[in-house]
Amino acid sequence: MPHLPQTPGEPPPPDVLLDVRDLRTYFHVMDGTVPAVDGVSFQVRRGETLGVVGESGCGKSVTALTIMRLIETPPGEIVSGEIWFDGRDVLQLSQDEMLQVRGAEMAMIFQEPMTSLNPVLTVGDQIVEAVVAHKKLSRKAAWDRAIEMLRLVGIPEAPRRARQYPHEMSGGMRQRVMIALALSCDPKLLIADEPTTALDVTIQAQILELIRRVQAETGTALLLITHDLGVVAETVQRVVVMYAGKVVETGSVQEVLQDPKHPYTEGLLASIPSKGMRGTRLNVIKGSVPNPFRMPVGCRFHPRCPYAFDPCPDHEPPLDELGRPERRVACWLHTTPPFGLEHRPRYGTATPLPVARAAAAEQVP
Amino acid sequence: MAIPTDPALAGGLAGRAPADVATADVEVALESLGQWQLAWRRFKRHRMALVGLGFFSFMVLVAIFGPIVLPYNPLNIPGAQQPGGDPPSLQHLFGTDDTGRDVFTMVVNGARISVAVGGFSMLIAGMVGVLVGAISGYFGGWIDNVLMRIVDTFFAIPLLFVILVAARFFGEGQVSSLILIFGLLSWPLIARLVRASFLSLREADFVEAARAVGVKDARITFRHILPNAIGPVIVAMTLIMASNIVLEAFVSYLNFGISPDQTSWGNALANAQSALGLGNWWWAFFPGMAIAVTVMSINFVGDGLRDALDPRTRL
Repeated sequence: MPHLPQTPGEPPPPDVLLDVRDLRTYFHVMDGTVPAVDGVSFQVRRGETLGVVGESGCGKSVTALTIMRLIETPPGEIVSGEIWFDGRDVLQLSQDEMLQVRGAEMAMIFQEPMTSLNPVLTVGDQIVEAVVAHKKLSRKAAWDRAIEMLRLVGIPEAPRRARQYPHEMSGGMRQRVMIALALSCDPKLLIADEPTTALDVTIQAQILELIRRVQAETGTALLLITHDLGVVAETVQRVVVMYAGKVVETGSVQEVLQDPKHPYTEGLLASIPSKGMRGTRLNVIKGSVPNPFRMPVGCRFHPRCPYAFDPCPDHEPPLDELGRPERRVACWLHTTPPFGLEHRPRYGTATPLPVARAAAAEQVP
Repeated sequence: MAIPTDPALAGGLAGRAPADVATADVEVALESLGQWQLAWRRFKRHRMALVGLGFFSFMVLVAIFGPIVLPYNPLNIPGAQQPGGDPPSLQHLFGTDDTGRDVFTMVVNGARISVAVGGFSMLIAGMVGVLVGAISGYFGGWIDNVLMRIVDTFFAIPLLFVILVAARFFGEGQVSSLILIFGLLSWPLIARLVRASFLSLREADFVEAARAVGVKDARITFRHILPNAIGPVIVAMTLIMASNIVLEAFVSYLNFGISPDQTSWGNALANAQSALGLGNWWWAFFPGMAIAVTVMSINFVGDGLRDALDPRTRL
């Protein structure tokens, strides 16, 4: 399932910073094998911001950790795929070579600022550690760099704060430190894995604003992983929607949020509470995330899909283009089904997508 | 915690909600305190631990300097007035034994051996235990398996007999060999603790975050994981020290330990047995008390450390 026309083993054009191709990361656990990431492809250009959206367990975080080569093997295994980053396939690098890439060229912000900093080291020391690991700087210069980074992320009294321990800081402050830490070596790619999920709503907005600002200032590319479509709408240019280890839809943020093509994306959007829906029941996607040990055959979303029809339970839809290479959807509603099957609904509401959407619009007063 | 009140600050905070004021105040008041400063602060709140620490430090000083300043030679046998030893008097604060040796001198000299055996065997156990536990927990796999089976073996055999046999064969009553034997037999507990901490800390978010910025394995082990795992280890080490002091007394009491011509608390107790029938309590009482109080104070210190080093204990 190539994303853009490409030959396996061939680097992408130079303006593409990160090119993930048909990535499969499986976990071999006692009860069987979990295909956490199962054929994921996407690209991030230099300086671009991309959001990866999906519910818990859809493989977003595993994708990020695979790119960083932080998957523990065993139980994890990168079964296949290529991850082209800045002209080389990081899956071919040794762990020693990865030490030079991690932190220096790609860095990551984690979900839990409360536990992602070492409690026994001052925050300044932790930034210094990263700087010294990658830059030929004296400790003094590295310390100055740490303070400069803390200033960049808007921490007041940076020289004093640098000598503090994580427990002396609030969650929002710690997430700022994590961002400073991640950006301390000028990475080309910043991966933010649910950076605001663990924070208060008011702080969330500040941190998002901060990520947007430093991304613009430093020109780093951003891969933002989130389950929150609101976060995506405010922060990124392009979106990849994942479901059960696969990419189901890609496009610009406007395209995906305003004109979702995949029923799953549509369901995600419909389940956001809004003002106009006051007093009505919140829409939910019925059913639950599939059991990873027994992924549905065919389209993985079909058991929960209101529009599922003949080909869905048996045939996996390809991630086909919708007019241009970056607008894609993996759904039989938008692709000619194989073997001449008709668009004949079989499950659920049994209404084709446009009709159902119109009906839903009428119901809202 | 006393919070210095800055009038300008108080004015600025006046309009805020109470909760806000509280957080802001704490932010202002907090000095930058490291792991150890915070631990010391928590430790100080534990009164018995402070008393224990005081007494134990005193005991260490006694062990180091006591024998130098005492007027009596512990090996000098002047002979006693009464069979079974003289009762406490001004010349002999703790009385004498049946050969007229000063029991006070005996206790002070015994402190040297007992504290040395407890302390150094603890250090050996600590070093071996941390090393084995760290290797086991960090590398996992077959290395972990082999090391932990060795540890299991240590737990499975009745150590007391091993100690008695080893003390008889390798020791010939020397302090250094007793230290080695105790140390090399008491590390498995530490190794298990360290391994368990490493196993969980290896998965900690901050370890993953450190990996994500490209920190090397060795550095992660010693700079990120070990300091976080050290609390329970230190607590266990104090307990090992206490139990090894008791063990020394016990082994010496059975005449398997320190050779009888040296003075340890256990030796003193062993020799005092015969005098107890005569009602000469002081000969056994003072060395016994020395053991009991020292061990108790070490255990109090351990208790205090347990609270002080547990980062979940909040001030």
